[in-house]
Amino acid sequence: MNAVAVESAVAEAISRIPDPEVPVISIADLGILRDVDVDEQAHTVAVTITPTYSGCPAMEAIASRIVFEAARQGYAADVRTQLSPAWTTDWMSDEGRAALLRFGIAPPGAVPVGEPHGPVAVTLSRHVVACPRCGSADTTEIAHFGSTACKALRRCNACLEPFDEFKAI
Amino acid sequence: MSTSASSPSTDTGTTPVTEPVTGAVSSASESAHRESLPGAAENTGAAPGAKPYAAYLLGLADDAMVYAQRLGEWMTNAPQIEEDMALGNIALDLLGQARGLYPYIGSIDGTGRGEDDYAMQRDEREWHNVHLVEQERGDFADEMARLLWFSAYQVELHTSLTGSGDDVVAGVAGKALKEVRYHLDHASLWVVRLGDGTAESHRRMQAALERVLPHLAELFDDDEASVLAADLEVGVLPSTLHDAVVARVAHVVEQGTLTLPDGSRWRSRGGRAGIHSRPMGSLLAEMQHIARSHPGATW
Repeated sequence: MNAVAVESAVAEAISRIPDPEVPVISIADLGILRDVDVDEQAHTVAVTITPTYSGCPAMEAIASRIVFEAARQGYAADVRTQLSPAWTTDWMSDEGRAALLRFGIAPPGAVPVGEPHGPVAVTLSRHVVACPRCGSADTTEIAHFGSTACKALRRCNACLEPFDEFKAI
Repeated sequence: MSTSASSPSTDTGTTPVTEPVTGAVSSASESAHRESLPGAAENTGAAPGAKPYAAYLLGLADDAMVYAQRLGEWMTNAPQIEEDMALGNIALDLLGQARGLYPYIGSIDGTGRGEDDYAMQRDEREWHNVHLVEQERGDFADEMARLLWFSAYQVELHTSLTGSGDDVVAGVAGKALKEVRYHLDHASLWVVRLGDGTAESHRRMQAALERVLPHLAELFDDDEASVLAADLEVGVLPSTLHDAVVARVAHVVEQGTLTLPDGSRWRSRGGRAGIHSRPMGSLLAEMQHIARSHPGATW
């Protein structure tokens, strides 16, 4: 195996790590893995991740998993958390969105440009979200905040099933 | 947040050390997982990295930390389970804001303290939060009134701080802004729903707007720390946020067929200088007692 292949092996192992809260999507597809810098001489890898939300409790689990996966490949990982630029759901890959949909979570729509509502609030959740089960656009928000910081809870008025929506931020 | 205080005297790295990562690989990852907030790299805990606006940032971080603790009290106590989750999520966002700032403050105030030192090891007089966030949890309308005002304030604050001359502050603000807009939206929905609901919900929402009133002025006081931070183009003068915050709240209140009360016969003050109201002591006791009963404990 040549050096490039070795380098991509550790980078690939890290990029495939699943999100602990939503394990159908990898940290790379979620857009929170920002940089993987492999040093072949020192057998170290510097990994930069960014949180979805400021208080995301999954960050520590993700960081420790990165250290673990790197160690399995024979590398010492240095995991850095970077806040800026702030994570946006626009960084989620098409593969990641498709995986969410298959799992029954409505993927995020496009992030609104600028502030969506000026001084008037009460509008962030009034957008069309298709049901991940039956595809109907006739869905209603049940709760602004779902089981994790990144999700809202909705219900489909056609098939009557509740489902999670990955919020666009 | 773990209760293990980071040890400043042994922190010789170039960046602030964050909390240990839990799990089987914790010993390996403890040294490997560190913050590299933009701009933080050159600041160690020692005096050479000291910057004069640490006190200003401590006020912002303490507001977030203390309100996170208060909002957390709603878990299992909210009117419906969705609100348990909503207020818990908002609390988590605020906790994240505080965690984004505390290690950095430790790197610029010359003490090298870590996030747990700030959250768990300070006594009442060392906290710089406003009185609004430390007040005891009232009924649900009280909380929505407080959340409406505080999140409207935070939207304006973080909008302004995204242009801060300090990259770490701008980074935390940019992250927080997306979240606090959502908090404001949540509070606004409830204030309108309660205000424009039944006669009883209207009466109680209106009463809540009046009860929160004495604690609002303090948000917009230009204390010494904020004047200094604004002079250095790191912070923003709180007084300059006032009109925009009031405009946001007034609009929601009007939509909810409520009346924005004007003027209070008394007002709170002193929080930024460490002078707190009665509820602060018991809040800290509840928040800190495990960490203080088991110094240095980790899990």
